[in-house]
Amino acid sequence: MNRAFTLRRARFVMLCLLPGVAFVAVFTYYPMIRGAVIAFQRYNLFDVTATPFAGLENFRAVLAEERFWTALRNTGTWVALSLFFQFFLGFGLALLLRRHFPGRALYQAWVFFPWAMSGFLIGLLWRWMFNGQFGVVNDLLLKAGLIDERIGFLATPGWAMTSVIVANIWYGVTFFAIMITAALQSVPGELYEAAAVDGASRTRRFWHVTLPHIRPTLALIVLLRVIWILNFPDLIYSMTGGGPAGGTDIITTFLIQQVIGGDYGRAGAVGLLVLGLLLSFSVFYLNATRFERAR
Amino acid sequence: MRRVAALAATAAKAVVLAAWLLVTLFPLYWIVVTSLKPKPEIFSVPLRYWPASPTLEHYAELFSFADFGTYLLNSLVVSLVAAAVVTVVGALGGYTLARFAFPGRGALVLAFLVTQMIPLFIALGPLYLLMSDLGLLNRLAGLMVVYVAMLVPFATIIMRGFYERVPVALEEAAQVDGASRLVAMVRVVIPVMLPGIAATFVFAFVQCWNELFLAITFIDSEDSKTVPVAMNSFITQYDIDWGSMAAATVVSVVPTLVLFAVIRRFIVEGLTAGAVKG
Repeated sequence: MNRAFTLRRARFVMLCLLPGVAFVAVFTYYPMIRGAVIAFQRYNLFDVTATPFAGLENFRAVLAEERFWTALRNTGTWVALSLFFQFFLGFGLALLLRRHFPGRALYQAWVFFPWAMSGFLIGLLWRWMFNGQFGVVNDLLLKAGLIDERIGFLATPGWAMTSVIVANIWYGVTFFAIMITAALQSVPGELYEAAAVDGASRTRRFWHVTLPHIRPTLALIVLLRVIWILNFPDLIYSMTGGGPAGGTDIITTFLIQQVIGGDYGRAGAVGLLVLGLLLSFSVFYLNATRFERAR
Repeated sequence: MRRVAALAATAAKAVVLAAWLLVTLFPLYWIVVTSLKPKPEIFSVPLRYWPASPTLEHYAELFSFADFGTYLLNSLVVSLVAAAVVTVVGALGGYTLARFAFPGRGALVLAFLVTQMIPLFIALGPLYLLMSDLGLLNRLAGLMVVYVAMLVPFATIIMRGFYERVPVALEEAAQVDGASRLVAMVRVVIPVMLPGIAATFVFAFVQCWNELFLAITFIDSEDSKTVPVAMNSFITQYDIDWGSMAAATVVSVVPTLVLFAVIRRFIVEGLTAGAVKG
């Protein structure tokens, strides 16, 4: 009786899990594993009759490319600057939204709107706004007297990077604001009452009560965000296509160009390098923040 | 004195909040205005911040010169079917993960979480080969299948969270009354979770609606294009018809805006559920 029951249970569990596991195994894990294998083969989409084992040839070819290193440097700039401004502006916004005021829910709904758009559309939107001739950003800067003549934002390497980062900041601030608002709400009110009884000022309460309490959450949000920004070629793809001359290429737009070019061997190698980068960053970061907490 | 200071602080806060709202909404405003300007007005200086002679010609072009009706229908079908399948598969898997302890459960959750960290386009090449082997290139069914695979881990994990909030006693009561586990799940648990299920469905729908890289890799025949694929082909190296592009942007973003407004509360919950633990 009991045995039959557990058998029935096991069958139920397996039946319920089977569809999801099957989809993920076939269309996610299998291609990833095959990609890792292809990275060590000579594999060009336009000649799949011969796919010999190539050892580290693809990796050597990628690492010898100037464009790969530019993309890697750009990835650092892209992630660091986007993250920095998204975090601090988002934190500021969260602090302003912390106390209730009339219309707060409506306000949150409105500033939430970039989240309904895809990175692709946001890239297009800002590509038009940063247009060198008819772009509204140039127009506003001219009107404000900040520049004397129009700037070809997306045609000049330094400006192009600045432009895509501005677009990304615009997109990401709300995410941080929402996450940090939730984190702030998780701080128990009694802690503040106790601190107030002890005569702590508002600034002191922030540094000694709020911040320590939400620190682990902040650490996790930042980690998720770094991974996400790194994996976010959509915006750059539609805004500049990685140009001018690779000036806004990041590692993931570089990867997509390899796939479009049909050299799957190299694409596989870049994929593994991206994976290595993600993993080593996560491990390094988790260790660093754990150290912080233990201290 | 103190009241004056407090008043000044409130005013400063209001100004900052208003400024940010302006920054957030201006790009949307600008794309709408662009879509309503006749072509010569879009490409002329000085810029006008309100169309001198508003027109719907760009919207009309989308459906006459481009086959935007087909693209919209394709996007709608793919997103609806994929989101429905994802929701059902996620509901089944999430239930099992929430209610049963079995060997390998932790490993399974981890395997699902890992896919959320690694973007699917990392394996774009091999995925293309697989789709080609299965005869799924240039077919909406192919996109549906890949989208389901892409979203199942998220749906399963978020559903598990929703189930965990439904008291087990509720189900047990139904089972004592003689209902089987599946019947108990459908009749008792599902109604309680309806808002969460709706949110999962909408979220999946929007993800499919917006997806670009997989779609441009697998689809290039006119009659199977989804909206992002079609818009991507509007981009040529040196020239973009910004009037049509603006109109297409507005048309493709309106459905997601409406849906997100409806389930905003649940999205916030979903986003924060994983990361924030009190």
